[in-house]
Amino acid sequence: MEAYLFYIMAAVAVASGVYLIFEKNPVFSALYLIQTMVSIAVLYILLEAQFIAAVQIIVYAGAIMVLFLFVIMLLNLDIKEEAKNALPFQRIPAVLMGIAFFTVICIVLRSKLLQGKHGEYTTAYINSIGNTKLIGNLLFTDYLLPFEITSILLFVAAIGAIMLAKRKL
Amino acid sequence: MITVTHYLVLSAILFTLGVVGVLVRRNAIIIFMCIELMLNAVNLSFVAFAHYLNSMQGQLFVFFTMTVAAAEAAVGLAIIVAVFRNKETVNIDDINIMKW
Repeated sequence: MEAYLFYIMAAVAVASGVYLIFEKNPVFSALYLIQTMVSIAVLYILLEAQFIAAVQIIVYAGAIMVLFLFVIMLLNLDIKEEAKNALPFQRIPAVLMGIAFFTVICIVLRSKLLQGKHGEYTTAYINSIGNTKLIGNLLFTDYLLPFEITSILLFVAAIGAIMLAKRKL
Repeated sequence: MITVTHYLVLSAILFTLGVVGVLVRRNAIIIFMCIELMLNAVNLSFVAFAHYLNSMQGQLFVFFTMTVAAAEAAVGLAIIVAVFRNKETVNIDDINIMKW
């Protein structure tokens, strides 16, 4: 069951990723990216990360992609514009480089680098307390400083976005 | 049986797709979406490692990555809107003032 779900969702994620790259219309590209993100959220649930899965759908598929679609529709892009590609010869080397890059990653994965020390948060322990509660506890104890810095980051980003998008100050 | 390697290979495939998209496409918004795809791929490997190593740190890092991605999307899209207002295009071949 788990294996079938993994393979189906992996296939959906990769297929929508491919469509994202080769789709001419930016709106469809954004929708394919949403599909990829939702299938990755299902994989998070398979990996027992329920909180991250919910946040993935709310923040990524919800907020960020709505922002993308909003900007795409706001700019009212001409689909034909990309037809005049200044570097058409870049495509084949780009794909070849991508394949080479993937090969390098696979070589790294085949080596014995993936032997870390196992922690204390086993699946049974996480389920006895609850994934969200554990993350909340850690965020407000061990990771309090990064958590607070995150709020400053979001604040600065909001101010920066307003500054950039405003016509005149 | 699905092992951590399955997830890491899937993550590598998605990351490679993002890299190829950045290199192939000319529309700044789609390049930006490909960057989001790469961030998602890295998040997937974080969560896979966290599950495999019985650790919580991977999930917390994904939480922070998502925050950074949200901030990056807001600022990046604002930059694209500002560029479009000045140049009437988001094709990156036409936005080459700073090219040496």
